[in-house]
Amino acid sequence: MTAEFGLAALWLAAALAALQLFAGALALTRKGEALGGAVRPAAVVQGLLALASFIALVIVFVQTDLSVKLVHNNSHSAKPMLYKLAGAWGNHEGSMLLWVTVMGLAGSIVALVERRLPEKTMLATLAGQAFVSLGFYAFLLFSSNPFTRMAPAPEGRGLNPLLQDPGLAFHPPTLYIGYVGLSIAFSFAIGALITREVSPAFARAMRPWVLGAWIFLTLGIVAGSYWAYYELGWGGWWFWDPVENASLMPWLAATALLHSCSVLAARNALRAWTVMLGVVAFSMSMVGTFLVRSGILTSVHAFAVDPERGSFILALLGIYIGGALTLFGLRASTVTEGERFAVVSRESALVFNNVMLSCTLGIVLVGTLYPLLAEALGQQVSIGPPYFNPFTAIFVVPMLLVMAVGPLLRWRRDEFGRVRKGLILPALAGLLVLGLAISWKPAHVLPVIGLALAPAIGIASLLPLRGRKLRQVKLPLWGMVFAHFGVALSLFGMASDSAFTSEKLVAVNVGEKVAVGPWQIGLKSIDPVAGPNWTALEAVMEARYHGGDAITLHPQSRSFWSPPQQTSESALVTRWNGQLYAVLGDESEDGRWQLRLWWKPFVPMIWFGGILIAFGGFLALLGRVASDLRRIVARNKISYRRQRQGR
Amino acid sequence: MNAALKPKHQRLVLVLLAMVALIGAALLAIWGLRSNASYFYLPADIAANRPAPDQAVRLGGMVEAGSYRREADGVTIAFVVNDTKARVPVRFKGIVPDLFKEGSGVVAEGKLGADGVFVADNLLAKHDEKYVPREMKDMTEAQARQTVEETK
Repeated sequence: MTAEFGLAALWLAAALAALQLFAGALALTRKGEALGGAVRPAAVVQGLLALASFIALVIVFVQTDLSVKLVHNNSHSAKPMLYKLAGAWGNHEGSMLLWVTVMGLAGSIVALVERRLPEKTMLATLAGQAFVSLGFYAFLLFSSNPFTRMAPAPEGRGLNPLLQDPGLAFHPPTLYIGYVGLSIAFSFAIGALITREVSPAFARAMRPWVLGAWIFLTLGIVAGSYWAYYELGWGGWWFWDPVENASLMPWLAATALLHSCSVLAARNALRAWTVMLGVVAFSMSMVGTFLVRSGILTSVHAFAVDPERGSFILALLGIYIGGALTLFGLRASTVTEGERFAVVSRESALVFNNVMLSCTLGIVLVGTLYPLLAEALGQQVSIGPPYFNPFTAIFVVPMLLVMAVGPLLRWRRDEFGRVRKGLILPALAGLLVLGLAISWKPAHVLPVIGLALAPAIGIASLLPLRGRKLRQVKLPLWGMVFAHFGVALSLFGMASDSAFTSEKLVAVNVGEKVAVGPWQIGLKSIDPVAGPNWTALEAVMEARYHGGDAITLHPQSRSFWSPPQQTSESALVTRWNGQLYAVLGDESEDGRWQLRLWWKPFVPMIWFGGILIAFGGFLALLGRVASDLRRIVARNKISYRRQRQGR
Repeated sequence: MNAALKPKHQRLVLVLLAMVALIGAALLAIWGLRSNASYFYLPADIAANRPAPDQAVRLGGMVEAGSYRREADGVTIAFVVNDTKARVPVRFKGIVPDLFKEGSGVVAEGKLGADGVFVADNLLAKHDEKYVPREMKDMTEAQARQTVEETK
């Protein structure tokens, strides 16, 4: 019954989305104005129905109702409860349902709270949102129904073991909220283009959604990177895998959008550019979805293979992006007029940042799509770090330099001489480290640049606080300081990992000792162990840092039985100054065990910095929402007073 | 922008600069792809057209039955990749992927040494039915067809 209820709720939600679209579109015409009143309620109920449908799916998974095909394919009664839950969205259909649910709920919130924009723009926005939703409802109902029944099977097939990890249970929903948040920005951009109302108020209304999406995207990327790092046992944190790129591209666009939104909100400039980025950011979400969901690429992370779905998403992609770009082309000329600014100004720095981010996005996009294009032309090509690392660096490094200076500049017009003094300290710090790094005779140039930039940016990111009373610093400024400092920290972690990692690959007998970096590691024993749905060989290792206390590590080689598959579970020891990383390999004929050991100085800074970046975004969001609320309260007070005075 | 510039001109200059940067990025990307694309080779391709020693290559094929052995250090393995037309010896230092075995498909990333031995720095094997390296999927199908034809 639950599955049928879920399907019914999904159909109803789709019907309401249709109503929302037509009522919203007609309300923009003179004759249909009366229909405008139906739009907001439709959006609210649509979101709730989608949520009901999603809850039904989760219940079906918790019950392990094997008569539902999706449950049979992705779950198993012997699975831990967390993964039964995660099974609901750890597959194509479920994640698409999660997508429309988040999108519907976001639409509900917009419909309930957003009163700043002209009503017509709001109606156009909600209609635009319904238009996007409808495509996904159609996708679910016609090609990816999560509630399809089948004859009850004796047992389910289980969840891909690589996905049975707490990090991954929460990682996809996090990214999805990010993707979908960008769909709201897209709808705002469409609404504003339709009614030609691109104003600072528009930027202020859109900004919390962009911020929210950006926070979740950041966290999702951080979580995904850490997952790849410890789950795959390869010791790397970024592989330029197409699926990783699929999440990086919307993040790059959202980062640019966030900054151009600030310019539009504060200074009423970059109007067309901001709208354009709103379109591009969501387009990148769609491109990402297409790459991951279409089955045109196989990757460690891609797990749906079905050409029909690929063409469906490609069609949606074409309609949304094509439609939005056409609308942009028709309307761009009417929204371009903005305020002027001088070459040396905050605006200029932000424009530079935007262009560099867009170029980086272009490099990643081309590198991700080119192999697919080449394959279509009958050539097998693979693109990897030798392309991505240097070519993105060409644009990222200047952007980081400007990031250090930009926040110190005034809006509209400034003199470089005014900020020059403040930059002496970060520049000295950077040059000092650069000198040190070069004297170590590094093998590669990029880690050296990173090591030198990190302290310079770290210090510069704190400079906007100089000469202010810290208590009076507004939350959005704190947010910027934290986020920029987080960038410096991440950069430091990345550079340190590439420059200083020591690695050892050995075959040892039980009882033997190995040295890697400052560590002494002894293999104590190899034991068989069992989990809820796997068995494993587990190495017991004793590690001592510079001969200190012994720390025990338990790397495993796991065998899952449903589906049958082997995975390596790495073991990690985290210290303030780095991480020890151990992987257990096979036994050789003479009874020795393969071990792979890494000492990675400061590598946790990569993810810690990422979390700081997201935290900065959170502070900014908090500050913006709080000031919006204050403004609403103040407006109500004024109208109340006016009423009392009989005006 | 000089304050004397009219808003229209300022906008034009901005748009032009952004265009130049983006076109520059695109040209750079194309150039980078041409010089960095690592091409997929079957053993027969290597026999026909040997890649340069410093060229990054992806070599795909079947692990020849009986060719797998581990060297004395316990961590270096050697095997032969075979596509029924040609064979290439491969050396790899590291932990082999879980589903790596003789008679099954493999993609080795690395470089072809001057001695004709392919030195792999990464091996991709079939993970499970849901994850097969892209090149290998076609390869297994082609291989299956060929086997059928040969045993007719």
